[in-house]
Formats: sequence, structure tokens, C-alpha cells
Amino acid sequence: MSNVFIAFQANEESRPIVDSILADNPAAEAVYSPGLVKIDAPNRLVVNRETIEEEIGRDFDLQELHINLVTLSGHIDEDDDQLTLSWDH
Amino acid sequence: MDTAVKKKKLGLKPRYRAMTRGLDWQTSYQDMDKIFPYDKYEGIKIHDWDKWEDPFRLTMDAYWKYQGEKEKKLYAVIDAFAQNNGQLGVADARYVNALKLFIQGVSPLEYCAHRGFAHAGRHFTGVGARVASQMQSIDELRHYQTQVHTISNYNKYFNGMHKNIHWFDRVWYLSVPKSFFEDAMTGGPFEFLTAVSFSFEYVLTNLLFVPFMSGAAHNGDMATVTFGFSAQSDESRHMTLGIECIKFILEQDPANVPIVQRWIDKWFWRGYRLLSLVAMMQDYMLPKRVMSWKEAWEMYAESNGGALFKDLARYGIRPPKGWEDACEGKDHISHQAWNTFYNYNAAAPFHTWTPNAEEMDWLSEKYPDTFDQYYKPRFEYFGKKHKEGERFYNTTLPMLCQICQIPMVFHEPGDPGAICYRETDHDGDKYHFCSDHCKEIFTNEPEKYVQSWLPVHQIYQGNCFPEGTDPTVEGFDPLAAVLDYYEIEVGRDNFDFADSEDRKNFREWNGGVEEEVSP
Repeated sequence: MSNVFIAFQANEESRPIVDSILADNPAAEAVYSPGLVKIDAPNRLVVNRETIEEEIGRDFDLQELHINLVTLSGHIDEDDDQLTLSWDH
Repeated sequence: MDTAVKKKKLGLKPRYRAMTRGLDWQTSYQDMDKIFPYDKYEGIKIHDWDKWEDPFRLTMDAYWKYQGEKEKKLYAVIDAFAQNNGQLGVADARYVNALKLFIQGVSPLEYCAHRGFAHAGRHFTGVGARVASQMQSIDELRHYQTQVHTISNYNKYFNGMHKNIHWFDRVWYLSVPKSFFEDAMTGGPFEFLTAVSFSFEYVLTNLLFVPFMSGAAHNGDMATVTFGFSAQSDESRHMTLGIECIKFILEQDPANVPIVQRWIDKWFWRGYRLLSLVAMMQDYMLPKRVMSWKEAWEMYAESNGGALFKDLARYGIRPPKGWEDACEGKDHISHQAWNTFYNYNAAAPFHTWTPNAEEMDWLSEKYPDTFDQYYKPRFEYFGKKHKEGERFYNTTLPMLCQICQIPMVFHEPGDPGAICYRETDHDGDKYHFCSDHCKEIFTNEPEKYVQSWLPVHQIYQGNCFPEGTDPTVEGFDPLAAVLDYYEIEVGRDNFDFADSEDRKNFREWNGGVEEEVSP
């Protein structure tokens, strides 16, 4: 099984997003380096709009992720509620 | 009066379809093949362009919105950096040389990519691919512009940045990135996508932007880390496009598989050779280090690339032919590249140096199997000679590889004590290569690569002197004439950091504080 990852600029906008991802993906781990936070997860990682909205207390459009996104790996599936990274087919 | 009901917007998936489908038309009074002359000759068969899907489902309206937001953030930082003399806050002035290499060798590639995607987008008959190429073309133009705007603040204070475009077209080592991209741009649109979107962006670009930009942050360069990560947020879209386009092409027709495999073999190796410059930036040019080239290679190439090729195996795609040699090279290439620039620093408009004692220790620790044995003694010797007033500058011209255009400095895989040489005959002439993989690229397309503009050959043919130069006059100094043609300011742009104006100035601006440099 391979890892997938997603990385963001380490800033205040990303912090609640990172927290939400870690809450929704118990197997995920965040690794910090200067300016950057990278989240690794075995095979699959899910970003939920609802969790982020609860965390930040306002509406959130998942495409806002693009502003602080640095890099990612795996196949992407995105709709209005969820962004999934995985090596599944 | 009725309460106004907010009309529900289209969801992501229907919006994507509405904005990327049905925008094209079949031509009537001209033949489609005449209007799209490049989409068939490479042999790639596409049966249903409608299967093309951008997984992010980004549409032009959302694109402008988020790009605008990114720009506002970035330019606020650039302004703040300039207003607050951010250039004085970098770890030490050696760091700025990494930026010189960036503006000389990387930024012009962004502009090439802008042109390349505009061209590819024009020549695909599928609308989804055209929209994606259009966005990427605009992204790449933005990257070139934001890099120039950011680094222009440094250009006010430091040497080696003032002629980047002039140098890109002339200076010997810049033919390495230039020829890489011109090779991609002169392929067909499908090869271009495989080369740039997949092999470079998806497999290799993390190595350039992620650890290096983290390094910029670590070295106090707020402006560069911001443009770097701002560009990288676009890159994550480009990478996604890269993997999608490969899957799309492979799923369209089984006959596409061997064509794509050969392109992956070729472009992985071309990209890997190009990244020798990045390896050296990471191990030698960041005064404060985040991770070694070897660690970055293991994290982003071996583990991530491994997962990718395991996944692509179901299409019948195997890892690129050069994969094992590239992994073997992780212990060596940064040292070999830095040694080369140290040698030829009289002809390069940035500064080099020997690592100081603490940096030598770091390199020994990060490269326990190779640094002490093969590379440290060279740098110690160079440092000793410099202290004795005999800084070594190599004034002879090296033999170049016909494909990657890098001097023949790489080792024979498995034998670090030997230089790797390969050669072949074509049409009565002999051609030289740095590796089996560069040689194979040549033998697959000799008609293309016999035309390579090799800087060393051009100098020997007399094509790199200022107009009107007479090389037959007594006392003619060819190196001086070449530097004059390059428009390098001798004594300011080139030579060792220890003796540089940059170093002297930086020390004065910072109240005479001495940095830890060697010798």
C-alpha cells in the first residue's frame, strides 16, 4: 500500500484545514518543515467541507484549498462536499 | 412582494461540464486536419475527447477568482519585503547565489512553459484539454512575472542578475535548461504534455519547489518562499493535469502505450539531468539547510514515484529506464555539479565557494558512503590552494553531452572513480554522451539532436565572440572575448564568493558582521 499526501503553506488559513483533515483521517500524520506542512496518509485521504466549516465557523468552498495548497499525490476526486486522494480505482 | 430566493448555483461537476464542453465546432469550409495539423502525426490515437476530465474541475470563473486572491497576497509580501530591506535579513550573502541561478535558469523556463502550453492548447481538438492548457499557459506567465518582480529587489543590491534573458540564450550552463525546454516545445502536443506535465511536473517538480522553498523560508527569504509556494499552488493543478493526461492517453488506445513509454523514458532522464542544478543548490547553496538532495530524492522521487509507477503498471507502463541509475546518483550528483561550477566559476555569473568546516560535517553526515571518500578531499584541496592565493579556475573547455548538454562530469554507475562516456557515429560524425540514457535519446531521433547548439562547439567555431572580433591578432584572449560576448562583468558577476563585491557589501550593510565562510 502506498502513501498519498497533501501539503499546504503553514499559515493561519491552513491551520483549521489541517486540523480538520487530521480529525477526519485518523491514520494521517502531519510533518512540519519551514513554511510548510505535509500530511501523509496510507492509501487514502479525505478532505470534508463540513468539518472545515465547523472548524472555521463559516461557509467554505473546497476550491478555496487552492490558495494555500503546495502539492499533493494520488488520484483526485473532487465534488462540492469532498476531496479525496487515493491510489484506488 | 415575494422574498427574493437565491438561485441555487450549479454544483461543481455540472458547472465543469457547462464550462468545458460544447465550446468547439467542426469546421465546414476548411479541413479539420489542416486547422489542427499536429494532433495525429505523433501516432497517438484519441477516440473520445469527452473522457478528458480535470479532477479539480476548475473553470475559468473560479480560476480568475482564486488566482486574483493569490496575487494580492503575494504582492503584499513583495512590497513589505522591499520596504523593510528584507534582503539584509537573509542567512548570509552566499544564499543570494541560489536566487541568481533561479532567475537565470529556472524563471526563463516558466516563460517557455507559457509558450509551450499556449501552443499545445491551440493544437488539441478536445475542449477539456484546451481549457486546461490555457489555464496552465496563464499560470506559467504569472510565474515568470512574479519571479522577476520578486527577484528585482535583490537585483538592486547584488550582482549576477542583471542580464538573465541575455545569458539564458548564450551562457554555457544555461543551455542545459534552455535545450531541455526547447526540446519539449519542438515535440508534438502529446509529447509536450508527457514531457512537461507528467515527467517534469508530476514526477520531478516537487524536488525543485518544495524543499528548496522551505529552504528559502529557513534562510530568511520571505519574498522567495512566497512566490515559490504561490507558484507551487498552481503546480499542484499542473501535476494533477500531468497524471490525468497520462491516464487519458493510455486509456484511449492500447497502441498509445509504447509511444508514451518511450517518452517517459526520455523525459524522466532529461528532467533528472536538469535537476543536477537543483541538487547542488540544495546541498551547497543554502547556508541553512532543510534537507539534503538525497533525502528529498528519497521522499519525493523514490517513495512517491514508486507509488505512481506501481499504479501505472496496470496500463503496461513500467518505471522509466533511467530510474535505477537516477536513484544510484543521489549520493553523487550534487557534489559533482558543485565541483564543476567551482572549476568554471570564471565563466559563470554567480559565485561559488568551498564549504566551511561545519558544512563539511553536515555533508559527511548526510552522505556517509560517498562524501568523505570521493568529494571532501577535492574541496579541502581547493580551499587550501585558495588560502595560499591560488584559487583554482579551470580555463579549458569541457566536452559536453550532445543531449543534456552538461559537461561530462558524471560517474560511471556503480563506479564513482570513473567518468561515464558513451559515443556513437551518425552520418560520418561522432557524437558524445554522458550516459546510456542520453545516448538512447539520440539514437531514437538523431535528426533532431545533430542540430543541438552546444556552447563549447560554438565557442570553438568562433560564434561566441562580440561582432568584429579578430581571433588572429597577437595575444588574443578567447575566454575574455567570450565573457565580453556574454556581457558578464568580470570581477563583479563571476569568481569566488570570498573575493566578491557581494560579500564586501553585505558585510558593510550589516555593520561589519563577518559571516562563516570558507576560506
